[in-house]
Order: sequence, then structure tokens, then C-alpha cells
Amino acid sequence: MPKVLRADNMNKCLGCFTCMLTCAAVNHNNHNLAKSSIKVKTRGGLQSKFAATICVACKEPACAEACPTNALVKRPGGGVKLIEEKCIACEKCVSACIVGSIHMDYDRKIPIVCKHCGACVRMCPHNCLSMEEVSEQDDR
Amino acid sequence: MIGKDFIRVLYIDLRNQKADIQERKDLYKYLGGAGVAAKLLEENMKKDVDPLHENQPLIISIGPLSTIFPVVTKAVATFVSPHTGEYGESHAGGRLAMAIRNAGYDAIVITGKAQKPIYLVITDKNIEFKDARAIWGLDVEETGRVIREREPGPGKRSIIRIGRAGENLVTYSCVNVDTYRHFGRLGIGAVFGSKNLKAIMIMGEEDLPISNLKEYFKTYQEIYKKVTQTDAMAKYHELGTPMNIKVLNSINSLPTKNLLQSNFEYADDISGETFAEKNLVRKVSCVGCPIGCIHIGQFRREFDKGYEYESIAVSYDHELIYALGSLLGIKTTDEVLQIIDEVELAGLDAISTGVVLAWATEALRKGLISREDTLADLEFGNTMEYIKAIDNIAERVNEFYYTIGKGLKEAVKKYGGEEFALLYGGNEMAGYHTGYAFALGQTVGARHSHLDNAGYSYDQSAKELKDEEIIDYVINEEKERAVLTSLCICLFARKVYDRATILKALNVVGINWTNDDLTRLANDVFFTKLKIKKELGYSLENYKFPKRIFETPTMWGKMDEERLNRLLKMYIERVEKEYEDWSRGK
Ligand code: SF4
Ligand code: SF4
Ligand code: SF4
Repeated sequence: MPKVLRADNMNKCLGCFTCMLTCAAVNHNNHNLAKSSIKVKTRGGLQSKFAATICVACKEPACAEACPTNALVKRPGGGVKLIEEKCIACEKCVSACIVGSIHMDYDRKIPIVCKHCGACVRMCPHNCLSMEEVSEQDDR
Repeated sequence: MIGKDFIRVLYIDLRNQKADIQERKDLYKYLGGAGVAAKLLEENMKKDVDPLHENQPLIISIGPLSTIFPVVTKAVATFVSPHTGEYGESHAGGRLAMAIRNAGYDAIVITGKAQKPIYLVITDKNIEFKDARAIWGLDVEETGRVIREREPGPGKRSIIRIGRAGENLVTYSCVNVDTYRHFGRLGIGAVFGSKNLKAIMIMGEEDLPISNLKEYFKTYQEIYKKVTQTDAMAKYHELGTPMNIKVLNSINSLPTKNLLQSNFEYADDISGETFAEKNLVRKVSCVGCPIGCIHIGQFRREFDKGYEYESIAVSYDHELIYALGSLLGIKTTDEVLQIIDEVELAGLDAISTGVVLAWATEALRKGLISREDTLADLEFGNTMEYIKAIDNIAERVNEFYYTIGKGLKEAVKKYGGEEFALLYGGNEMAGYHTGYAFALGQTVGARHSHLDNAGYSYDQSAKELKDEEIIDYVINEEKERAVLTSLCICLFARKVYDRATILKALNVVGINWTNDDLTRLANDVFFTKLKIKKELGYSLENYKFPKRIFETPTMWGKMDEERLNRLLKMYIERVEKEYEDWSRGK
């Protein structure tokens, strides 16, 4: 069964950004965590709680619908896959994703899209993140 | 820069609102952090000019492994210390190192004085000098909030700022880094203040491609495992450094009530265990550290009759519980947190503030100063009066507070009480009264900090104190720490980063150094700092330890003054000789 990323335990988050550093490194070959698909932020200053902006793995992905060139295709279990060659960097997916999961990599001129690979999950020291098995039909 | 053989330095001139960037190959051999920052200070400082003169530089540096390996989290600042008049160095975690890295710099040198209060915005695309007149006078928290709301980039940015103490040039004012971290010691807050610099916000999205992902990630994971799955660092996550309170208390080494005592009858009530049970609400981390050693404690305060409470969260650590707790005779965790909060908002160094207040309490009792001076009934255990005094320090409300705003060294010149002024090498004492190695170590350390060489650790682990061994330990440990701090590795991770691990990590980013190179670096950094100190007129000839430290027993019983003096002499001779050899080799 396919798996998707969940961030259901962010109350445990330390704000160490290891998840972001890992995602940026293994998926985007970069040390700058601006390249990460998962984004940990405070809700407003470090005195507030942490929250993670992640791809929630839509079954009907608005980002893909907004893409004029079919560069984003549905992924089994939810979410999307990016076909880089087809992407024209129009940024339509960015505004279509209302949870704010997609942002642009202006150096490579492609959107940064979560692969639901789980690399971030494995490196989180506090088990804030998890991979959830979903059936291909499951809706969230 | 990662994968390059130069140090990218951003020079900022506040007077003319100009910036310059230089790629310095010659600095590469100092790696980063303490090494590069010390070297840049040596180049840019002005010898015979006041530390708070506008031409004095302020330097912040990161290292080649910053943020990209676990627990490499620190940024190092150097400056001419307004507190001691000599070498000033301070370290801070938080998000600063990440932000500097992402902005594309290895080091920042700031000189000049802005004509009106400003805050700096540094990104990979721009440098801006922004009007800070409206926030001049605001406390640390409000300043952070205003800038957070005005500037973009939540999650990616670092905001460092001063409070009133820094604006008013108190020589032990600090710079707050991202709410829970600080450039604490030696008065860097006053250096900001003297430059009309209220805050710096820094962030960036600089492209930092990885050349050999496989090797890098393998090494990353190895280190990550050591950090999270061995007991090398477990204690920092669990109770954190406050676990020391109980330990030190049980061996007569917890400075209490201005060191009239070395154990505290209420130690259990302010121990790490008690904080964890009663006040701990969460733990957070610096960016790139999976440990989470920053302990946040909460207390509630009644601000009005009729069940009107506010709840306040502040971070606590061993040093704070010592300086603002046992040293002032404070008996409950809630009260300690309340005092920490006050120190925090004013932007003061916690250790120095506590030590100054402890001295003032005794000086008042002994009649060296009066109630007209203190404007508060300073008395061990009296939290509310200390809170008033902290405010008065930050505001420098009268002549007395003006004087103690220059530190304890100045205070005793004017009011006396040198015998019970807890100073080591001109800096206020840290939270250990363990014995000779600590006393010597803090006095001779480059920045007069317990962290320079961890003498307290020798005292605590030695089976027997041996003079030669103490000298060896203090010198070797400081040199070894020069390597760690040049790499900006958090000292809590010192057991993880042995030399083999350091070399491996350096290798992965293309720095093919050997063990000998690290030894060379250790010496260069150690002696460069000493050279700076000498140029600024520092000397330990005729140095006198405060009487009080010999009157109160340590874990080894009472220290003998003659022996400590002898140790100091031995140390000076050893280091002077090595220094000459090093200078000749230069
Ligand atoms: S990127 Fe946004 S819109 Fe697209 S699948 Fe993920 S959450 Fe849904
Ligand atoms: S699941 Fe993979 S792609 Fe998605 S945020 Fe985590 S590491 Fe990045
Ligand atoms: S790795 Fe885990 S603890 Fe660290 S920031 Fe990410 S979610 Fe939070």
C-alpha cells in the first residue's frame, strides 16, 4: 500500500529543522533548507508552538489541476509527482495549493513538491512525523 | 564557504551605510568561528581606543560545517570587551548560524556608528539600514515582535537584538538571539548600543549545492546516530544542565549567597528535578541539533486581585539557576524564573547580574553602600527587591547603578568590598566552586569563562589534585576547545566530535586536513587570542584572587591562597614560553 507523510505530533517538535535539512539534502541535493518540501515554522515567534507545512496528499490535487502542462501527475495514495521536463515554471501550482505546501526553487526553475519519501520522518528525533499507509482509494 | 577555499566576509560600515564583500583566502587556515573571528578582531581592533568607540569592530563568524552536521550550531562573536577592556568573545546558538550561512557569508564585520538608531537587515540579496528610532527603548521581546511582524521570512530568519541595558551601555549587557539564546558575556550588548544598532535580522536562500551527497549523508547519519542513540548527550535533553544543582550541592561546590556558603539549604527546591516537575513546559533546539537542550519553564504571576494571572515562559539553565537562584538565596523555582524573566527583558548577562547583585547585598549589609544607593532592600532571598534592582541596573538610575553598570570591577574600586567580589580575571564568576582548576581556569581562560577550559570538570573527576596536571589540563583543554569553537560545534557535543570525527566531516566538505593541521589550528587560535589580549594591555602579573574563595570550602576543602598563586605563576611561565616559541614561528 502507498504511504503518505503525516505531521500529527507537532506538539512534540523541538524546532531542530533536521527534517528540513534532510529533505533539502537528499531530495534537492542542497544544504539550504529553503529547498525543503517540509516547512517547520513557529505560529508566531519562538514562544509559540511549532507547526509543519506539509503536502497533505490530496486525492484530488488542486495543484495538478492547475498545471497547464500536466507536469504534475497524481501519485498513488494521494499527492503528486513532478515531471520536471514538462514544467514551465508558471507557478500556477503554488497558488493552487491552499495549504501552502508548494514553493518555487528559483535556482532550478521548478516547484519543490513533496515526494512522500519519508526521509524527514526517519531523521526526526522526536517522532513528530510519520508515514501512514493508505489505500489508493482512501480519502482524507 | 562550503566547497571553496576562502572565507567570505561581509564588511558593514554603519556610519556611511555601506557594505563590502571580500573573499579571503588567507583566513581559510583559521577555518571559521572563534579562529576567524579572533583573527578578524586582531586586524580590525584599535589598540588605544575605548572599547565602545565607534571605530571598534564587532565580528560574527560561523564555520565550514555550520548547520550541515548535527549540533554544529553556534555563531561566534568577537569584540573589544567593554567589561574587561580586553579580548571579548561570546557564542550563541539559535538560528543565527543557519541564517548567516543561507545569506551566503562566513563572517560579518561591523564598524562605525549609525547616526540614529537603526536595525540591519541582511539577506542574500540585500543589505538594508532601517530606522529603529521607534523601537529604541523597547525590551528584548517587543523588539523581536516588531521586527518579526515587519519583515518577511518566518522559519528562515534570525533576529538578534538588545534591550535597554545594551542601549545604556551596561558593560554586561547581552544580545538576545532568537528569544531563547544569547551572546551573553563580556558586554557585546553595549557594543551594539554604542553603534546605535538595535537589532540585526538575517536570512537567505543562497543555493548551497552538495557535491557528494552519498558520502555527506552517510557521515551525517553516523554522527546523528552518535548524538541521538548513545548516551554521549542524553543528559542535555533530559534534565539538562540544571542537573548540576543537586550534584554540586552535594559536594560543597554550589556557590550560595555570594559564596558565604557552598551548599544551599534550599537546593532541592530549585534543583533541575524540581524545575522539570513543576515548571518545564517544553524543550527546543538550535537549528541543526536533534538534542533539544533548551528547557523552557513556565511560571504564573498574579497581576491583579480576583484571580488575574499571566503565564510567562523563559528558558533556564544551570548558570542562571546558580547566578539568579542559589547565589541570591532564592528558594523557589517560580521566583528564580521570575528573576530570569526580568534579566532577559532588560537584556543583561545573567551570570554577571547575579554576581553583582550578590555583592551589592553583602555590601549593603556591611554598610559600604546605603539604601539611598540601592533604592531596594537587597537581602538574600528577597525576589521582589532584586527585580527592582535589575530594572535599575538596566536604566542606570543613579550614581550607584551607573557605577555597577560598569561591572563589579569598577564597583569595588569605588565602594570597596573587593574581598567578597566574586571576580576571576575581571569577569564575574560562573556557577562552580569546585576547586583550583576551576579558579585558575576561569581566571586565565581567553574570555575568563568556565567554558574556555572546563577546569571544574578536572576538579570533579580527579582522584587527587596535582599541580602539574592542573596546568596541563587547563592549557590542553583550552586548545582543544579552540578547535571545536572554530568549527562552531556546540561544546555539549564535544564527546561526539573527537578528532577523527571532525576530520571525517571536514573531508566530506572538501577540506582535506590532517590531525597535525588541527593541532596547528589549536595553537594558532590559542595564541592569537593571547596576542590580542597583550596588545590590549592585559596582564596577570600582580593578579589577586578575591579572599572569599579561600574562606568557603570547595569539594576539596578550603583552597590555599598560596597554592593557587603558585599555580597561576606556573601557568603564566608555561604559556609565556610557548607563546614565544609560537611567535618566533610566525
Ligand atoms: S501540493 Fe498541495 S494541492 Fe498538491 S497534493 Fe499536496 S497539499 Fe494537495
Ligand atoms: S516526505 Fe520526503 S519529500 Fe516529503 S517532506 Fe519528507 S523528506 Fe521531503
Ligand atoms: S525533525 Fe522533528 S523535531 Fe525537528 S523540526 Fe522536524 S518535526 Fe520538529
